[in-house]
Amino acid sequence: MSKTYFDETHCAIGHPKSTFMQWMLTIDHKRIGLMYAAVMFTFFFVAVAVALTMRLELFAPGAQYMDGDTFNQAFTLHGVLMIFLFIIPGIPAIFGNIVMPIMIGAKDVSFPRLNWATFWLYIVGCLVALASLFIGEGVADTGWTFYAPYSMNTDTNVIMALVAAFILGFASILTGLNFLVTIHRLRAPGMTFFKMPLFVWGIYATAWIQLLATPVVGITLVLAILEKHFGIGIFDPAKGGDPVLFQHLFWIYSHPAVYLMILPAFGIMSEIVPTFSRKEIFGYRTIALSSASIAGIGYLVWGHHLFTSGMSDIAKTVFSFLTFFVAIPTGVKFYDWVATMYKGKIVLKAPMLWGLGTIIMFAIGGITGVTITMIGLDIHLQDTYYSVAHFHYAILSGVVWLMFAGMHYWFPLITGRMYSDFQAKISFYIQFVGVNLLWFPMFIAGYYGMPRRYFDYLPEFEIYHQIAGIGAILTAGGMVYMFVIFYKGWRYGEKSGTNPWGATTLEWHMPTSPPPLENHSKVPYVDFNPYEYHHGEPVVKFNYETMQRID
Amino acid sequence: MSHEYVPEIATDRDGNQHEVQGWQDDFYGGKLGFWLFMLTEVMMFGAMFLALAYYNALHPQDFLDASASLNRLLGGTNTVILLVSALTMGLGLLKIRSGDVKGAKLMIWATIILAVAFLVIKGFEWRAEYNHGIFLMHDQLLPESSLPFGQKLFFGLYFSMTGLHGVHIIIGIGLMIWLLKRINAGKVSPEHHILHWNIALYWDIVHLIWVFVFPYYYMIGAGGATGGH
Repeated sequence: MSKTYFDETHCAIGHPKSTFMQWMLTIDHKRIGLMYAAVMFTFFFVAVAVALTMRLELFAPGAQYMDGDTFNQAFTLHGVLMIFLFIIPGIPAIFGNIVMPIMIGAKDVSFPRLNWATFWLYIVGCLVALASLFIGEGVADTGWTFYAPYSMNTDTNVIMALVAAFILGFASILTGLNFLVTIHRLRAPGMTFFKMPLFVWGIYATAWIQLLATPVVGITLVLAILEKHFGIGIFDPAKGGDPVLFQHLFWIYSHPAVYLMILPAFGIMSEIVPTFSRKEIFGYRTIALSSASIAGIGYLVWGHHLFTSGMSDIAKTVFSFLTFFVAIPTGVKFYDWVATMYKGKIVLKAPMLWGLGTIIMFAIGGITGVTITMIGLDIHLQDTYYSVAHFHYAILSGVVWLMFAGMHYWFPLITGRMYSDFQAKISFYIQFVGVNLLWFPMFIAGYYGMPRRYFDYLPEFEIYHQIAGIGAILTAGGMVYMFVIFYKGWRYGEKSGTNPWGATTLEWHMPTSPPPLENHSKVPYVDFNPYEYHHGEPVVKFNYETMQRID
Repeated sequence: MSHEYVPEIATDRDGNQHEVQGWQDDFYGGKLGFWLFMLTEVMMFGAMFLALAYYNALHPQDFLDASASLNRLLGGTNTVILLVSALTMGLGLLKIRSGDVKGAKLMIWATIILAVAFLVIKGFEWRAEYNHGIFLMHDQLLPESSLPFGQKLFFGLYFSMTGLHGVHIIIGIGLMIWLLKRINAGKVSPEHHILHWNIALYWDIVHLIWVFVFPYYYMIGAGGATGGH
């Protein structure tokens, strides 16, 4: 019989009796992951609401109910919340915590107490970011990138936003560090690196980026704080400093951060595709190594954010050339997924539908990204709605959608119950239509010269903004509907059993669903590949009490 | 841990038994984690060295002039102090591993004293620079002063980097005092010395950073200079 939360409280400090304190002090990776999910999705919806108010403001030319300064603060708030509080820590902190240790057959992460402390550090960062709303001149109005020199001069709470981003970055580093050690040390006996599920590979590559890139932005933010408070001069032209240096230091982190968002999402995709194609994944090693090479190449491309900021032509050419290279390992993954589906026995459940939708949408987001890698075209499209559309296609309908796919996929694992597949598909189609209405017109508007971050525009752009406005309402409505479906599934759904999808990886071989404290009843010996199917049926079967193979 | 941790055994299909590595009692994992954390320190200071090298390339002569005005006697003394403190820290670790708890504590105390000495000397140095009108938000480093751009940038980064390094020294002192308490409480012992190991590693990175900071700030201008103040 495995342990429950009640005979062993499993807390960082003491042995509290109350369930509430057991949650607050828990060092159990699954509970920490759930708490991350709760907090992050709260901020996600706040940021969605902010975005909606901006879309409504832009529904017609001229000022509706917001002035320009408020609009600047609104898009900064949207960016800071979405980037620093939600999407950068998102998939690692939620699914990395909940699923990754189970997938490698571990009882917990390597440093469970550190994991708990990291969660609360994250909360502190969130509180600092929130506090900046209500103190002094209100939230920063610089955009989430805090470009110098404007961020050095504005009276809004740039410092608090910087401090918050620094603390959140620190939490991100500690999470990545924890996962790296976990993956190196706690894999079940017999599980070599090339027997790990691909989501673990995604988390592994992500963790290296978190570890190596985040300190650079951390120190950049510290230098910006020192600049603003102590006038050290390095971003201040009045003392010979170079504001463009800020952009370099910022993007050395923040471009890898984009891959930090997408790599674990690709990992989710690599779980879903073989499971719902009932087929071993095509090119396991190429997918695993392409994650690593995306992480590597991602460090060398930051300069493409600075094509119009003042760089030598040689540097521009080199950065443009290197950026094209990222498309290669990404393309490898996409072809591998499609090849996995080929002649597979495809089961079109909601998680697979989300995955397929992402293939289409991320292809649009990715290919438009390649177009703005070309220097000549980038001069024209820089800082227009084209970049906005590219970014949101790649991040919302790439990363966030795969996160939604992961939520649909692991929902029965986490809650032990099943949502309505039919309704989940409807919410997918609503969002699919909504997102395309929302961002596709922006490609066109951007191409015709609609600059981003403007709260007013010329009348000829009105039609694009109105279509986008309708799409925004559909998208947000679809998201709310999706969460209603989740809530209903969680409260009233049917019991799902331990392995509703016929999946093969270790998180589906649990004695109970949801998984008990300390996961598997016994640690299994792993002498099989992660996705072994034979004639559409999983090969590996376990006795869930002894975790011995019985196939 | 109130109870002794017993590793689980996984059995494969041939009946062979394999010991499972748990998160408890993972000495190697603890070391690996801290090495990775030290890597983040390297990246962090690395970014500042990058900024330093960039401005050095823009203003080579200003950097030499500014560097020449630093006090190499005090800076050099501090370098020696930190190197010796790294030695005492390492000796302390060797002693606790060989079972000599008292000797280990002595060595940690010696390291703390050397660290405080470092900070005191650093304080004198900063004070002397303040008296010459060179300090953040002060006199020569204000935008309107006539000090050349390169020198302003040099000193801006100098105060940032030595200041941040000083913060690391202060954190290190705190860690060592905590370590002493843990040794006294019997939580760190010859058998369980991972905390001591990692704090020694931290102290190594702190002195290692200084080993790069010192030549880049103090020594580049030493050639044409007449020496410290």
